[in-house]
Amino acid sequence: MNDKLQLPNLDYAALSPMLILFGVACIGVLVEGFVPRRIRHGVQLSLSLLGLVAALVMVIRQGSKDDVVTAQTAVAIDGPGLFLSAAIIVLGIVSLLLIGERSLETGGAFVAQAAVTANTDADRDQAARTTGATEVFPLTMFALAGMLLFCTANDLLVMFVALEVFSLPLYLLCALARRRRLLSQEAALKYFLLGSFASAFFLFGIALIYGYAGQVDFKAIDTAIQNSANDDILLYVGLAMLAIGLLFKAAAVPFHVWTPDVYQGAPTPVTALMAACTKVAAFGGLLRLVYVGFHRTEWELQQVLGTVAVITMLVGAILAVTQTDIKRLLAYSSIANAGYLLLGVLSVSERGLSSSMFYLVAYGFTVLAAFAVVTLVRDADGEATHLSRWAGLGRRSPLYASLFTFILLAFAGLPLTSGFTAKFGIFAAAIDAGQTWLVIAGVVSSAILAFPYLRVVVMMWLSEPGETTPAVSIPGAMTAAALVIGTVATLVLGVAPSVLIEATEHAGIFVSK
Amino acid sequence: MSSFPYLTVLTVAPLVGAAGIAFLPKDKPELAKRAAFGWSLLILALTVGLWLQFKPTGERFQFRESYTWIPQWGAKFTFAVDGIALVMIALIALLVPLVVLASWHDADKSKRSVPAYFALLLALEATMIGVFAAQDVFLFYVFFEVMLVPMYFLIGSYGGHQKQYAAVKFFLYSLVGGLFMLAAVVGLWVLGGHTFDWPTLLSADFGVNAERWLFLGFFLAFAIKAPFFPFHTWLPDAGGAAQAGSAALLVGVMDKVGTFGILRYCLPLFPNASKHFAWLGLTLALVGIVYGALVAIGQQDLKRLVSYTSIAHFGFIGIGIFAFTTQAGTGAVLYMVNHGLATGLLFLVVGMLVSRRGSALVSDFGGAGKLVPVLAGVFFIAGLASLALPGTSPFVSEFLVLIGTFTVNKTVAVIATAGIILAAGYVLWMIQRTTQGTTNPKLLEIKAMSRDLSLREAAVVTPLIALILVLGFYPKPVIDVINPAIKATMSDMHVTDPKATAGTVEAGK
Repeated sequence: MNDKLQLPNLDYAALSPMLILFGVACIGVLVEGFVPRRIRHGVQLSLSLLGLVAALVMVIRQGSKDDVVTAQTAVAIDGPGLFLSAAIIVLGIVSLLLIGERSLETGGAFVAQAAVTANTDADRDQAARTTGATEVFPLTMFALAGMLLFCTANDLLVMFVALEVFSLPLYLLCALARRRRLLSQEAALKYFLLGSFASAFFLFGIALIYGYAGQVDFKAIDTAIQNSANDDILLYVGLAMLAIGLLFKAAAVPFHVWTPDVYQGAPTPVTALMAACTKVAAFGGLLRLVYVGFHRTEWELQQVLGTVAVITMLVGAILAVTQTDIKRLLAYSSIANAGYLLLGVLSVSERGLSSSMFYLVAYGFTVLAAFAVVTLVRDADGEATHLSRWAGLGRRSPLYASLFTFILLAFAGLPLTSGFTAKFGIFAAAIDAGQTWLVIAGVVSSAILAFPYLRVVVMMWLSEPGETTPAVSIPGAMTAAALVIGTVATLVLGVAPSVLIEATEHAGIFVSK
Repeated sequence: MSSFPYLTVLTVAPLVGAAGIAFLPKDKPELAKRAAFGWSLLILALTVGLWLQFKPTGERFQFRESYTWIPQWGAKFTFAVDGIALVMIALIALLVPLVVLASWHDADKSKRSVPAYFALLLALEATMIGVFAAQDVFLFYVFFEVMLVPMYFLIGSYGGHQKQYAAVKFFLYSLVGGLFMLAAVVGLWVLGGHTFDWPTLLSADFGVNAERWLFLGFFLAFAIKAPFFPFHTWLPDAGGAAQAGSAALLVGVMDKVGTFGILRYCLPLFPNASKHFAWLGLTLALVGIVYGALVAIGQQDLKRLVSYTSIAHFGFIGIGIFAFTTQAGTGAVLYMVNHGLATGLLFLVVGMLVSRRGSALVSDFGGAGKLVPVLAGVFFIAGLASLALPGTSPFVSEFLVLIGTFTVNKTVAVIATAGIILAAGYVLWMIQRTTQGTTNPKLLEIKAMSRDLSLREAAVVTPLIALILVLGFYPKPVIDVINPAIKATMSDMHVTDPKATAGTVEAGK
């Protein structure tokens, strides 16, 4: 054996999107140190946007090339990987528009110094005056880069590293809300503690799978499942633990308990980022894990994950009915949507893969638009998220109420919105794969879920405005752009979805090397 | 046949009108009303053109247009009408201008935007025409669901007492049915070979069990929509809360999508399952006839009363469909048209009474005939049409349904006939309690109650009464259009009508 450590070959062109994002994130850290505070926000924002656009260009250029497995077998740049990367980058750009918005509130949605004790004079002073921290930009870039790596990771170790890379910045971002600091800090701590547990499970799962297969890359695991003489218990326990780690990020029941608190406490732009991009990353990873590594355990997977999917859909829908806070409502809706996505994962077919990817993109745009509206409905104390405060909003600001109604109808899955086409694709894939009972559960949960959405519509349009109905702020250019992009995408993907369906089908299947 | 894309234009044009009217300034309500009325007349003119070009003896489906939509799923914008769809589209095009005219002042009293009300009416017309014109199952589903949105806002924003509750209940009931249908649509698509094309699906074989499940998925949605007992409870709430104009469209046309759906989708696509579950359809329909009539008799609210009578009428349509004979089927479709005319008229007249009195309670009226004799007379005619008096058009359809059913299932026909007697009960009692007898002294205090039928209102009711009478004596033009489509449906199901000789043989014994 050769003692010298062989450096693996790296295909820099294929890896360039995530390298660009990591690079931009590092430059962002330097900017924090060397650029004067006055212009830092502008510099950071333009730097991040430029980085994302450059990464997107590189993804698209790579799209015309063959599938690549690089860094030995650690990273797979294949069709679905590129599609998911592009989705994360585009949704990331829209989230960044929300994160960078500063005209709604003096200094933006983020606190200047997160270390100042909440509810002290110093805290009130900084909430009222000081401009927010610009660290959010490099943190966001690190998170997005980690997500790209997570979707393209071809072995469990890289996957774990990527998981940590994108999780840690998110924990921090959650704690940075300018208003309701205690809630925000609680959310961050909760997310961090539970997230650490989930990561620990994931790591333990890797150890067990390694014990079973002797390898950590997906292809080798797949081979081992066919001919390994080891005890299958190792495989199943290991797989279960991996699933716990991933389902936590995907916010599936029973690993969902963090979701409502974190969605509510985190600064709304960060919530939007999590709801859109983290979902893509988590399901991207889960899809690759199941489709490449563990598809031969399909039967066992379907029993367990099928049950998880059903209770995720139903619990998310039922608990959404009782919510009185718009951010918590959207959190439970996001849980139920994780259930629908699991249907796509469970189909284990080309159609399942393409419809899941379509769903991720469609849902991402809609949820970004929804949170964009949430950032606009505010009074002197910041965002007014309690539903009773939204009563009569349709009378005060018909334009925004109409947009939000459209978004809610999309969540409810009405035709001519992307919510319908996405759901149709998922259900079609599931029935194609013989999972009719899952579709029935999906239909029932959609029916339940329609009620909370409709309640918000009723609140906005059919109730009289009260004394406390907040005014809707005029959005700054960036929030307006995010809102328009999200709404238009929801409409276009609902009316003419064939372009994106074409792209998801063109992406083909995961490379298996 | 002309190459003019009638069906696309008919579906899109109301939508264009709706968009235009929605953007009219709020402080010019009069302009919005005139625009909506003019636009809906234009649609009516176009529909007349469609009717004249339709050849009853020609192909089953005419005016077929097909455009690519989502090639990956095989979903297309395919429009085509048979006789059944044609008469329903004609009914919509006729009712909408009358409803616009009848609703002239309905939106003024609410604090909401007046142009928006008329824009919603036109948007509703677009989706309703679309749902009948679609020949692609996916497209049909899209219209079927989207149709809920304008109606939801019409009830919820402009309705009366308990409008929020009624609007949400209406929406949720329909949505639940629609979602089960979605599961069935997906199943149909998978088992039918990944296509939504109706003619192609016609020849697909799904297997016994799958066919039954698919049938139930569709049937549930249509039974909620129609509504059949026991899925009917949303209708009295919605009909009671909606303005008379929207209620006339809701009950007169929108609910027919349910019975139309059974005829177009359940029967031809799942013939064996339809025969298997015919007892279910017949039972629900029969219960609906008796139950709807009995509950109608006990109603205190005029609009709720009319809603319940409709549940009874939908029962008749139901047995006409599930009798599986050409006569009964033709009768059922004719009933759908006549019910739209008669109940539409009844709702609009009730609306005129209610807007004068400011209350829909039967007990708030009494002897109104002395104050508004002409209006009370129109009310009486509408009532008689609703109870299917010979000479009015509903009589023809009810009679066809009953004899068509009698040839195959005597028990059902006999029980259904009892519904006619009950119908006389609820209609006549309603008329008596509101317009006859001693005048309620409170009515004298209300100025509006002394104003008889205005010119505008006369313009609303005259065409409807004329049609009810004409079709009562000479239904042939409509039957000629419907009959071939029903015959085709029956042959899709491989059923043949019992020979008329059966009766003579028995008589000769």
